[in-house]
Amino acid sequence: MKFGKIIAGLTVKWQSMQILISILAILFGFICSGLIIWLSGHSPLEGILALWVGIFGSPQAFGEALRMATPLIFAGLSVSFAYKTGLFNIGVEGQLLVGWLVSVWIGYAVQLPSIFHIPFAIFTAWLAGMAWGAVPGFLKAFYGVNEVIVTIMMNYIALYVTGDFIRRFLFADGEKSHAIRPSASLHFSWLTEWTNGSRFHIGFFLAIFCCVLVWFLMQKTTFGYTLRASGYNRYAALYAGMSVKRNIILSMAIAGGLAGVGGAMEGLGTFGFMPIQSAFSGIGFNGIAVALLGGGEPIGIFLSACLFGSLQSAAPTMNFQTGIPSELITVMIALIIFFVAAGPMIYTKILKKYKGGRFFR
Amino acid sequence: MGLFHFGDLAMSRQGRGECISLFLICIFLELCRGEAIVDYVIEMLDIHKSFAGVVANDRINLQIKKGEIHALLGENGAGKSTLMNILFGLYRPDSGEIKIRGKKVKINNPKAASQLGIGMVHQHFMLISDFTVTENLILGMEPSKYGFLNKQKAIKEIERISKRYKLHVDPYAKIENITVGMQQRVEILKVLYRGAEVIIFDEPTAVLMPQEISELIQIMKRLAAEGKSIILITHKLKEIQAAADRVTVIRDGKSIQTVAVHQVTADELAALMTGRQIKLQMNHKPANPKKTVLQIRDLVVSKHNYKHPSLHQLNLEVRQGEIVGIAGVDGNGQSELVEVITGMLKPDSGQILLNGVDMIKKKTREITKLGVGHIPQDRLKYGLVPDFTVEENMILQCYDTSPYSRYGVINSKVITEKTKELIHSFHIRTPSTTIPVRTLSGGNQQKIIIARELDRNPDLVIAVQPTRGLDIGAIAFVYQELLQVRDAGKAVLLVSLELEEIRQLSDRIAVIFEGQIVDMLDARSVDEQYLGLLMAGGKRL
Repeated sequence: MKFGKIIAGLTVKWQSMQILISILAILFGFICSGLIIWLSGHSPLEGILALWVGIFGSPQAFGEALRMATPLIFAGLSVSFAYKTGLFNIGVEGQLLVGWLVSVWIGYAVQLPSIFHIPFAIFTAWLAGMAWGAVPGFLKAFYGVNEVIVTIMMNYIALYVTGDFIRRFLFADGEKSHAIRPSASLHFSWLTEWTNGSRFHIGFFLAIFCCVLVWFLMQKTTFGYTLRASGYNRYAALYAGMSVKRNIILSMAIAGGLAGVGGAMEGLGTFGFMPIQSAFSGIGFNGIAVALLGGGEPIGIFLSACLFGSLQSAAPTMNFQTGIPSELITVMIALIIFFVAAGPMIYTKILKKYKGGRFFR
Repeated sequence: MGLFHFGDLAMSRQGRGECISLFLICIFLELCRGEAIVDYVIEMLDIHKSFAGVVANDRINLQIKKGEIHALLGENGAGKSTLMNILFGLYRPDSGEIKIRGKKVKINNPKAASQLGIGMVHQHFMLISDFTVTENLILGMEPSKYGFLNKQKAIKEIERISKRYKLHVDPYAKIENITVGMQQRVEILKVLYRGAEVIIFDEPTAVLMPQEISELIQIMKRLAAEGKSIILITHKLKEIQAAADRVTVIRDGKSIQTVAVHQVTADELAALMTGRQIKLQMNHKPANPKKTVLQIRDLVVSKHNYKHPSLHQLNLEVRQGEIVGIAGVDGNGQSELVEVITGMLKPDSGQILLNGVDMIKKKTREITKLGVGHIPQDRLKYGLVPDFTVEENMILQCYDTSPYSRYGVINSKVITEKTKELIHSFHIRTPSTTIPVRTLSGGNQQKIIIARELDRNPDLVIAVQPTRGLDIGAIAFVYQELLQVRDAGKAVLLVSLELEEIRQLSDRIAVIFEGQIVDMLDARSVDEQYLGLLMAGGKRL
């Protein structure tokens, strides 16, 4: 009873429920996961402690957590960027794979000094992702084809085409591509030393920069303004003489580009090569979760990517220390997303009970 | 009565005196009780309702007699809808009680309301257009026989009700093939079919043509004569005077007064409703037209609407300093005309000149910048981005021009200042400049559009249904603004389905029928009968 009143009060105060929903979702997600741990015969408290150690226990663990978060930030930005224009980009996975492949290819085949090599490889990954994203955008804008279906199919195309490409042109031992040249690597010795030998790389800072960039583009430029207007109300955008078709294509292309850079983070950073994927990496789909939890805002995406990334990177530690299976982290993330998605429904119910109706007349 | 024992007091003379006085008191009491006993079908007493601290209904009282048409008059946001939603079971009141036929009840949902004999004819019809009248009526309570649908029973019942109230509804007709007025009668029939004794009409005339309105009023009177009670939610004074017996005025969530309609004038009602004196009759100066701003020649649009060409050799001219009103029945090419002028729709042939410049090949953006202000028909669909803030909506037409943005970067500071200035000069009521416009009232939303469109100082202002869904105060404001624009030497093209509005504001009236301007009339000397005839295609026939 009291709890509901507090929620109702807070919500009115904050005007927007988004932040509250996300925080409550995380809380409920943890509680339910704890319940599952308890039911499976382990101690929830130990599990949480092990997670804590797995994230903050050592500089290396912390570096790994941030490393894990890096591509998730890009994936989340990609999803939310398209979403602001009213498009649902399920194709992050494919765009990311294409970007990954191109970055590795450039990183391996081109010889340049590091200061040019890294930007060049990232840039080409960006272009590749852009191209991959622009296709569904184009089909949507001119032929009204549902972007969800096209992007899902494009994911499969990307998965097998990249595999085939590696096998044909970049094949090295162990079902993977050749390694990139050191000049293209995002690993810097000072970062590695700083985090005690983790795979933490410079890409994390690029991700932060992109968060700021996306925020600026969306909120502070006329371009972002037209994108958002077309997304929120395409009729009003038409009324104001904006080109909704152009905006759809550009929005999907930029979203694809962001995902492509996310792929480059894996290619030039984490791995330094590209394995022949037999299944999706999962980053793209987690990106949807990140965008949902982050409420579509860059700062929220950054925070939620860090949360999911660190949970995933801490999973093995938890398994090692307490015997709780590391798959539980996937369950936990799923639960959090469940509560985010169900959030508006559940919380309005609570609000209705205690406030007796809608917010606004 | 039973409390008083006369026998004991009848003894003495003194006692007899007391007896008489007591007797008189009793008669008095009886009379008072008689007063109170008037047959109220519905009583809503001291209804209080607030949303997140905002009081929507502040101890409202409403009493409906059996067989009366009771109007509920109030501006938008005054609390009419909230009150009716409480009666219909959509909201629960914070305090207060509802009595139906003297019995206290709790209405928790629309179904309960329906069982208590309360029905509602919504503003937006809730009919399935692919279904027939009968199928729509029995939806949710299909009569069956051995598990099979028994339509015949329903059809008989529908015919019976339709005949009794002279609704002339054909139970076999498909909804998509009948007129809006007929659809409304189907809604009425639906409510009657479900046994309603009290019928709530929510702004019923908003969608109707003039003839249909008078027919509706006849139907309501017939229903009332048969003993049904009718609650008419409206902000149109004329209709109240034509239809209602009594009217309850609601302002700022309070019930101000309940009066018999024949005892008050329209001006008095308007004053009660708004709390201030408002003159709706526009006594504007005659127009002083100068050179032509908009010239349309032989405009043809054929592909837009597959039934018949939407615009057919249309000619029109609008000059500086005049308001040209387009009168016509909905769907005769008005929206296509506006879309073509604003560049949202490309015509097949013809010429559109704005200050002598051909605009046929120009894009919407260019046309806007050439000096066309457009107040669109549907403010939430076209005029605004509801999820955008007031500021963001203010720059919808000028986001890419200096000083609002430079090199593609938006200058929020300038925009905030400009928004504040416009909020002040156009009396827009909003708690802040960064609140989504979806949370504002219809009148304030419309003011935002008007402020935005007029502030750019356009040569031609196109206003389509500019007062739709607005309350009387906001309507007066819109009228004043449009007249001011005219007097400032701009050309105004007014498109409206409300004939009264066209007649009050326009200097010239162009009658549109099947995509053609069939006649151009002087608004000062127009004959309403003739106008109606033209609108119905009389000249063509």
